[in-house]
Amino acid sequence: MRKTIGLTGDGAAAEAMRQIDPDVVAAYPITPQTEIVERFAEFVAEGSVHTELVPVESEHSAMSACCGSSAAGARTITCTSSQGLALMHEMLYIAAGNRLPIVLINVNRTLSAPINIHNDQSDSLGSRDAGWIQLYCEGAQEVYDTVIQAVRIAEDRSVMLPVMVCLDGFVVSHNVEPINVLDDQEVKDFVGEFRPVINLLDTENPISMGNLTLPEYFFEHKFAQAYALEQSKPIIAKVDKEFGERFGRSYGIVEGYRMEDAEIAIVTLGSMVGTARVVADDLREQGVKAGVLKIRCYRPFPIDEVAEALKGVKAAAVMEKALSPGAPGPAVFSDVLGALYHKGVHVNLISYVAGLGGRDVPAKSIRKVYEHLQKIAASGKVDRILNYLDLRGWQ
Amino acid sequence: MTVQINDAIRKLDKKSLPAWYEIPLGGTLVSEGSTDYHTGSWRTKRPIWNAEECSHCMICWIYCPESAIKVENGKVVGIDTNLCKGCGICANECPREKAMTMAQGGEY
Amino acid sequence: MPKMIEIRWHARGGQGAVIASRYLAASAIRQNLYFQAFPQFGTERMGAPIVAYTRISDAPINLRCAIEEPDVVVVLDPTLLKSVNVTANLKEGGSIIANYPGTPEELAKELNVDGKFKVYTVDAYKISTEEIGRPIPNTPMVGALARVLGIISLDNILAEFEDQFSHRFKPEIVQKNLKAVRRAYEEVQGV
Repeated sequence: MRKTIGLTGDGAAAEAMRQIDPDVVAAYPITPQTEIVERFAEFVAEGSVHTELVPVESEHSAMSACCGSSAAGARTITCTSSQGLALMHEMLYIAAGNRLPIVLINVNRTLSAPINIHNDQSDSLGSRDAGWIQLYCEGAQEVYDTVIQAVRIAEDRSVMLPVMVCLDGFVVSHNVEPINVLDDQEVKDFVGEFRPVINLLDTENPISMGNLTLPEYFFEHKFAQAYALEQSKPIIAKVDKEFGERFGRSYGIVEGYRMEDAEIAIVTLGSMVGTARVVADDLREQGVKAGVLKIRCYRPFPIDEVAEALKGVKAAAVMEKALSPGAPGPAVFSDVLGALYHKGVHVNLISYVAGLGGRDVPAKSIRKVYEHLQKIAASGKVDRILNYLDLRGWQ
Repeated sequence: MTVQINDAIRKLDKKSLPAWYEIPLGGTLVSEGSTDYHTGSWRTKRPIWNAEECSHCMICWIYCPESAIKVENGKVVGIDTNLCKGCGICANECPREKAMTMAQGGEY
Repeated sequence: MPKMIEIRWHARGGQGAVIASRYLAASAIRQNLYFQAFPQFGTERMGAPIVAYTRISDAPINLRCAIEEPDVVVVLDPTLLKSVNVTANLKEGGSIIANYPGTPEELAKELNVDGKFKVYTVDAYKISTEEIGRPIPNTPMVGALARVLGIISLDNILAEFEDQFSHRFKPEIVQKNLKAVRRAYEEVQGV
């Protein structure tokens, strides 16, 4: 029976995991992910799932255990944040290189030092080269839906790559919202049985995994893996479309909000999209042609979709919650710029770093970004490329 | 060393190095692994297995690093001379004095 | 334009403000309203002043940021009135509902409201002590808040409480809590 209940982002993730009923979950607690594992552990204790819950001693062990279990043909899900994601960093590359369809729910929290447990996107953006698919969710409903989709995406035989589902810590993870929860059987039917391509326990078809590769071979391995990541985009779109047809909700690779005739646009990911929508609506009421471009699928980067959406926009700002110190711009900004270059599209593009360490990104601040874009659109020139929202002492 | 191994791989594969689209998924190998590599030519000593003395305790089979002890129906039947490197571990571990001994020279 | 109400809760850690915020939100589901309920995070410990937030609307809520200017402030603990600026950024014409052993006029004077906001009081400690046997302010305060907001019915509040807490508490405890919620709904002054 479908129903609407109040769940936090973490609770929604745990509920999706319960209905998926994975074979193995190996995880280590870290704020603000802890509620996911706590809730899921309750499900295990109650007998609501058949999952083997492996309480490991660190996140590095968690991903190692997940690699082992996935390689043995078990459907495997885990979750972490921040320092935990950083601690398992080498294992992320291993999971992707070995083409293991693990689903990881990452609750976005910043990286120390200094110690801060609050939301920003530096953890997952810092792992963008590990070869994982990365999907960024705006709110708790999307988290629930995307975790279910992630299993199908990862296990698709033409994908076979691990998927990271990201949600903003506290802002989404600890925020109770009304969540439309599907019927248990519907979810089971959607994810289906796991038919592993790689299965070390299949003694009829013995394989060896995690082999040594010498210089004569390595480059080809890596290219093949990167190619698979690029080619996963149509599958991500297909699974999302099927989800939409069956359950009435789909999100796309990117979503253009009031972008059709937008003159100024904010490109962003995660919860900031939501607040930007409200500001864009207010501006539209005042006759300003403002739009929002939501990047949901960040890896593989949707080059075509982003360039297409921004074509004709007079000024755009990429807002992200992460820095790339010493770089010509932070990660998402650089990727958007690269996409535009690929497609020969010129847009007056600027970067806004916002919300580091859990600093709130209120509607009135996003409005300031749009006002900056209006100035650029009017003059036709970019005054300053790198900008920092609500940073004390920065003019 | 690298060149020698790769030459050997090339000879085994009987074709040139694979293109990126010929790489198996996730770098998995569907061979039985190290038994593809015939290290029998490395021997300078060789194990002599005495069938009458052997109690088929399988200790040599467990210890052999090259899977060179041939076993059929739960009994040792001989040495795989393609794989045996002549390391002497089997003779060293064998609990019976005369069941497995090492002799000088790699050729049988 | 969708109607949205933004509420800020003041309490001390351990008094159940986060639970109250979620409970109110869950009651809203029954009426097909949309909501968000979230705490403000900082260094928390039992007894320290904490803040929680609720948004309720008849349309999906896309805003994902803190509540800067609430329409309503709820104060679960009267001792906070002296140490925390509970009316900070409360919208002019907004409401403050406090667990307070006095009349709204007395509270208005204490807070120097000067006619800027509507003031409501209910002695949640007295009600909960009499009905439940312990000074638990959170659930009665939800009852009082529902009365003041006027958008969530008492029936839904009571039904939601039964739903959420029946598997956690014995039936007598649930019934006592329901009585406390109803009393607070009925006894809140200033309406």
